[in-house]
Amino acid sequence: MDATDLARWQFAITTVYHFLFVPITIGMSAIVAFFHMQWVRTHRPEWLRLAKFFGKLFTINFALGLVTGIVQEFQFGMNWSDYSRFVGDIFGAPLAIEALLAFFLESTFLGLWIFGWGRIPEKLHAATMWIVHVGTLLSAYFILAANSFMQNPVGYRYNPETGRAELTDFVALLTNKVQLITFPHVILAAYMVGGAVIMGVALHLMRREALAAEGIDPAERLRSNDASLYRKATRIGAVVTLVAGLGVAATGDIQGKIMTEVQPMKMAAAEGLYESVPEGEGAPFSVLTLGTLDGEHANPIIEIPGLLSFLATGDFNGQVEGIRDLKREYAKTYGETGNPLVADPATNYVPNIPTTYWTFRLMIGVGMAAAGIAVAVLWLTRKGRTPTHRWLFWAAVAAPLLPVFGNSFGWIFTEVGRQPWLVFGLMTTASGVSPGVSIGEVMTSMVGFTLLYGALAVVEIKLFLHYVRRGADAFEQPQEPSERDEDAPLVFAY
Amino acid sequence: MDLATFWFIVLGVLWTGYFVLEGFDFGVGILLPVLGRKNGVVGAAAGDAEKRRRVLLNTIGPVWDGNEVWVLTAGGATFAAFPHWYATLFSGFYLPLLLILVALILRNLGFEYRHKRGGDEWKSRWDLAIFWGSLVPAFLWGVALTNIVRGVPIDAEMEYTGNLFTLLGPVPLLGGLTFVALFVTHGAIFVALKTDGPIRSDSRRIAERMGLVTVVLAVALLLLLGIGDGTAASWATTVVAAVALLGALQANRAGREGWAFLGTAVTIAMAVATYFLMLFPNVMPSSTNPAWSLTIDNASSSEYTLKVMTVVALIFTPLVLLYQAWTYWIFRKRLTVAHIPEDVQPGRPDQPLQRVG
Repeated sequence: MDATDLARWQFAITTVYHFLFVPITIGMSAIVAFFHMQWVRTHRPEWLRLAKFFGKLFTINFALGLVTGIVQEFQFGMNWSDYSRFVGDIFGAPLAIEALLAFFLESTFLGLWIFGWGRIPEKLHAATMWIVHVGTLLSAYFILAANSFMQNPVGYRYNPETGRAELTDFVALLTNKVQLITFPHVILAAYMVGGAVIMGVALHLMRREALAAEGIDPAERLRSNDASLYRKATRIGAVVTLVAGLGVAATGDIQGKIMTEVQPMKMAAAEGLYESVPEGEGAPFSVLTLGTLDGEHANPIIEIPGLLSFLATGDFNGQVEGIRDLKREYAKTYGETGNPLVADPATNYVPNIPTTYWTFRLMIGVGMAAAGIAVAVLWLTRKGRTPTHRWLFWAAVAAPLLPVFGNSFGWIFTEVGRQPWLVFGLMTTASGVSPGVSIGEVMTSMVGFTLLYGALAVVEIKLFLHYVRRGADAFEQPQEPSERDEDAPLVFAY
Repeated sequence: MDLATFWFIVLGVLWTGYFVLEGFDFGVGILLPVLGRKNGVVGAAAGDAEKRRRVLLNTIGPVWDGNEVWVLTAGGATFAAFPHWYATLFSGFYLPLLLILVALILRNLGFEYRHKRGGDEWKSRWDLAIFWGSLVPAFLWGVALTNIVRGVPIDAEMEYTGNLFTLLGPVPLLGGLTFVALFVTHGAIFVALKTDGPIRSDSRRIAERMGLVTVVLAVALLLLLGIGDGTAASWATTVVAAVALLGALQANRAGREGWAFLGTAVTIAMAVATYFLMLFPNVMPSSTNPAWSLTIDNASSSEYTLKVMTVVALIFTPLVLLYQAWTYWIFRKRLTVAHIPEDVQPGRPDQPLQRVG
């Protein structure tokens, strides 16, 4: 393993880990803000209890997302310094703007939300969580714009004098066609995660409460404990998961077509399509293909005729290029650009096919499974029903995990599928790594981060489950700041 | 003035914002074991150590996270405005930055997780994380910035050619100690400003003592640096920094904590200004060959990028300052142990399922 492989592994580990928490933050902030807003509008105790309960789970998760995000901001320079030199002119701007517009907003207003009980007026207080949510959206927009540039570089020119890519059109960078479809896809996937976390946690608690109430007269049951509270949250979570899931599928479909256009190799690898399929024949969608890693020989086992052509082009008979042809095309196009960063004749233009192929399928599969759980939950809880089937416990455990890992698979797919490029067509991954950082140093940081992140995951999950088991606190009538005694103990304190 | 120079100044402002704000919460973190002792520093009424610690943590509770974003913005702005500076610095100072990251991760989780469970063991572990997680970055930022000003080995390809030990010379280590002492003083004055009762008087005493240590260290450091790299302007800011620090200590003694805090804030701002003035027009001087230094000119982004960044910064920086200032205003009230609610999580077991009826 050389320094580039190590740097890639470290980036993969830290980024996938970071992105376990990001979609939860984006999705849950919106739902917690909704609960809090409903409290201010209706003053029905259940909304405040839900806002506080899920707000606490939200902050436990947010903390880890925040701290692992600091690493992200630094590691481009630490491990990918030649990349930073080459594209800093373009890539740095959205990162800096993300910090200025989004990070300040999120962190400042989350501080206000956490400590605001009894200290700021209730309407303003509820608004702070919405502002946090806006911050998460802005953050996602700018970081995805930076990533979209890596997938489909636009709004730049290569300056031979400085030997780097330079920004020529900032608006084009922000309205990259890859960006315009990736942003809704990622945000909807995050809502799916947020909804599924709420659904999973509430489903478990609903079932627990309902079981605890067994033996009580059914008419009295819902009024005697919190089953109805959690039933409400379960259904809200399930609706969000399902609706967002449909949106994820719709945007993913469009994204597939744009990807076929700008990165045909990624789509071919995702499909295990080794041979090009000319127009009129209709490329099949592979359910299972086993082939060689170099992209030369395929052995399709299960296929759905014509479906791939439809997914890639919108036409069951559309032409789809295969890995073998693309490999030659890429070599011809990029081997002769004169750009020293891409002209290495030894470059292999085929990404890791099994990884690309399987993560693509897993992404779709786990997403569909999560949406399926949401449908089942909505059906079982219809018309006031409070189901307690044993398997619902496992559904509650799986519900949040499936879309979280769906996000991970999606990112692994899109980043591995881009290889060997760091910036598509412009710079290879191998030429972006820091030349001055030794293997020993990368090894130190990679092992260090992995151990630290592993330990923190244990702490986080334990804490999260601890609060899930505690359930929502009893309702306490909050006081407006003007009604409170200045010297009384704080409502919330560290 | 060209835009690259403007962004050099902006970076000075961002680092100033970072050190003025995060500086005091580093100080609070470092002082946690001292000010959080059972009887305080002066043996005041036998207090509750845990409540004292919680008072300290709550003085920065709502704001530490926003304070830390200043360094993320400084990092992002360096990337955007001076890609070569970002690349050389972050890859060159790899291990110190790694340590800073690990420290910040542990410290921030300490703030967020410490209060979320009962049990002395849980709390004291996070107390350690907060202490070391505040001390290590405070020290290493001092070491790193002092190294930048003094110059480090950089080759013709703008790559750092030294190793970890190259960065641990006596003057940079003195820089690290000075940063720690300054932030502890700044943090103690902040605690005095934000609390009342025994903690307030204890903090003022600490500020008084640490302030004198800081004066000695800072004077030695700035003389050592200034003799090599000083300019008329950097000497002027050095003098202002010294006067502000002495003024802060005087105000602290007189019980005027607001003025004292302003004094240490000005000291920090002037210290950063001194560093940047000594750097100018370099951003990372090469000790190998001055011709290989990274300068404002050769490390910066294109004119177009700088223009875009300037527009964005001019619109949004005032907004950020406005709502951050507003947060400080909301949480302006002094805290005492009486404000700290009873621990809602005194290590009790999970509630058993309640059977109703």
